[in-house]
Amino acid sequence: MLTILFDGLAYGMILFVLACGLAVTLGLMNFVNLAHGAFAMAGGYITVLLMSRASVPFLLCLPIAFAITALIGLLLERTLYVWLYSRPHLDHVLFTIGLVFMSIAAVDYTMGAQQQIIRLPVFLQGRLEVLGVSIGVYRLFVILVCGVLVVVLQSILVFTRFGSRLRAAVDDQRVARGLGIDVDAVFAITFAAGSGLAGLGGALGAEILGLDPTFPLKFMIYFLIVVTVGGTTSITGPFLAAILLGVADVAGKYYVPELGAFVIYALMVLVLLWRPHGLFTRRGAR
Amino acid sequence: MAADWVRRIAVNHREWVFWIVAIALPLLFPGKLLLINEIAILALFALSLDLLLGYAGIISLGHAAFFGVGAYAAGLLAKHGLAEPLVGLLLSAAAAAVLGFLTSFLVLRGSDLTRLMVTMGIGLMLLELANRFDTITGGADGLQGVVMAPLLGLFAFDLAGRTACAYSMAILLVLFLLARRLVRSPFGLSLRAVKANRLRAVSVGVPADTRLVTIYTIAAAYAGAAGALLAQTTQFVSLDVLDFHRSADVLLVLVLGGSGYLYGGLIGAAIFKVMQDWLAAQTPQYWQFWIGLLLVVIVLAGRERVAVAIRRRWTALTRRFAGEPTP
Repeated sequence: MLTILFDGLAYGMILFVLACGLAVTLGLMNFVNLAHGAFAMAGGYITVLLMSRASVPFLLCLPIAFAITALIGLLLERTLYVWLYSRPHLDHVLFTIGLVFMSIAAVDYTMGAQQQIIRLPVFLQGRLEVLGVSIGVYRLFVILVCGVLVVVLQSILVFTRFGSRLRAAVDDQRVARGLGIDVDAVFAITFAAGSGLAGLGGALGAEILGLDPTFPLKFMIYFLIVVTVGGTTSITGPFLAAILLGVADVAGKYYVPELGAFVIYALMVLVLLWRPHGLFTRRGAR
Repeated sequence: MAADWVRRIAVNHREWVFWIVAIALPLLFPGKLLLINEIAILALFALSLDLLLGYAGIISLGHAAFFGVGAYAAGLLAKHGLAEPLVGLLLSAAAAAVLGFLTSFLVLRGSDLTRLMVTMGIGLMLLELANRFDTITGGADGLQGVVMAPLLGLFAFDLAGRTACAYSMAILLVLFLLARRLVRSPFGLSLRAVKANRLRAVSVGVPADTRLVTIYTIAAAYAGAAGALLAQTTQFVSLDVLDFHRSADVLLVLVLGGSGYLYGGLIGAAIFKVMQDWLAAQTPQYWQFWIGLLLVVIVLAGRERVAVAIRRRWTALTRRFAGEPTP
């Protein structure tokens, strides 16, 4: 029971790291980025390639995966995404689905359709026995890393000047512009960081979520659930939603395996019916 | 504006040309009947989405749900004794309509994003169900043993696809005329009003929610009919009918042809299928890449512009054949 809770926690943490960039994109620019999973997949494959071809140690791969995907994100944002912000949602959807399809086919072409396996370093393998609860060492590692990330992100958002600019821009873009905040620059940086986090999440999660070319499609719905249920006005909302989703998914798969992912989808539809703007949204926000 | 309305209401020569060309196609390309059959089915599916997107302004990422329900209903009916195609088609469309009616209340609320999520969630839920209940649906192996009775008791379904093609085309024509009548009725006009500005539509007395529920149900029935056609003409149903890419493909079809004038889905379906046929012959495994690239390019170039260009080309072409003076 506690093991399930623990696994669900690790799963949820990874989902949060994967999806928090999406929450910001959606909250800030009202842009529906269905291609967010493609960045996560890029991070995963970068790690696999670095480890197998260049035999870079796993821990070093994580920041590299972050940096490269952030760079890709920045590049795409400045060259392509930037034209689409003022277009209707349908355009966002079509464009990003197009990107997803391209990334799937491109990865399939270059890397093959099989599952990629990341060989974890020895000290992250195995299980620990703590107070009678069996805990995977890697899952503990994931929880620690993600926990630190959450704290760091939250403090950047709350305590730094950049954080207050970002919050201002999310709350009311026009007024923020009027106050002289360079919303476009703020957005470009956040987009890059969000993509980088997705890449990091992909690298961390490859072992737990699995990594193959269909990754962006398979997990697209999970990211969207985190964002829509958690709302886009804070970091805590998506965080709680991700943890809930992770625990519910692991528990659902464990207790009612015959229903599979059905539980999650049904829950999501119910939540959206009950609170169309998310569970953890502030009153009065968009 | 007034001239625009007259042109929209009147039966014009160009529509005659379209349908004459469409009916001539199977006669001109007797080797491509199966492809034409697929085009007709995809066209009907796109027509159904056009009713939602083009007339009611609802973005759906899970329209395959209704297609799949129609397909499985038709397949299961035929497998368990009801092999008459037309009755099967009606019942399957009705099954999809019931699902559409029930789920329509879910899309009434919320923003575009919520609708995307809910429609996609419903689609995925059905895919998951079809996968789990493999004793009924055949699961990943697909539903086998679907055998159809001859159409109207006269025309057996043949391997070359002659009956299939004629059947699908006929159903498409009938349902198209019905949809055409529907969108030009006061009901259709009120839908456009809801799409353009829901608040104002409500304040002049249009019951927006009722309208949306109605059109969602009708669109679901259309999609179900398209799915049933696929199941009946190929005599096989697989999980593929509920797959996410089907929902995405049909959006692309509509984007290619342009939405909101009914012919968009038909023209888009023809372009899409011919392109898929050609690309799949070039790069069998990776045609998805080109579909993705096409979507990206179309959106970046401006969706409206592409659709308008296609429509203008189409108008010029048919005008010439219809003997109307080109302006």
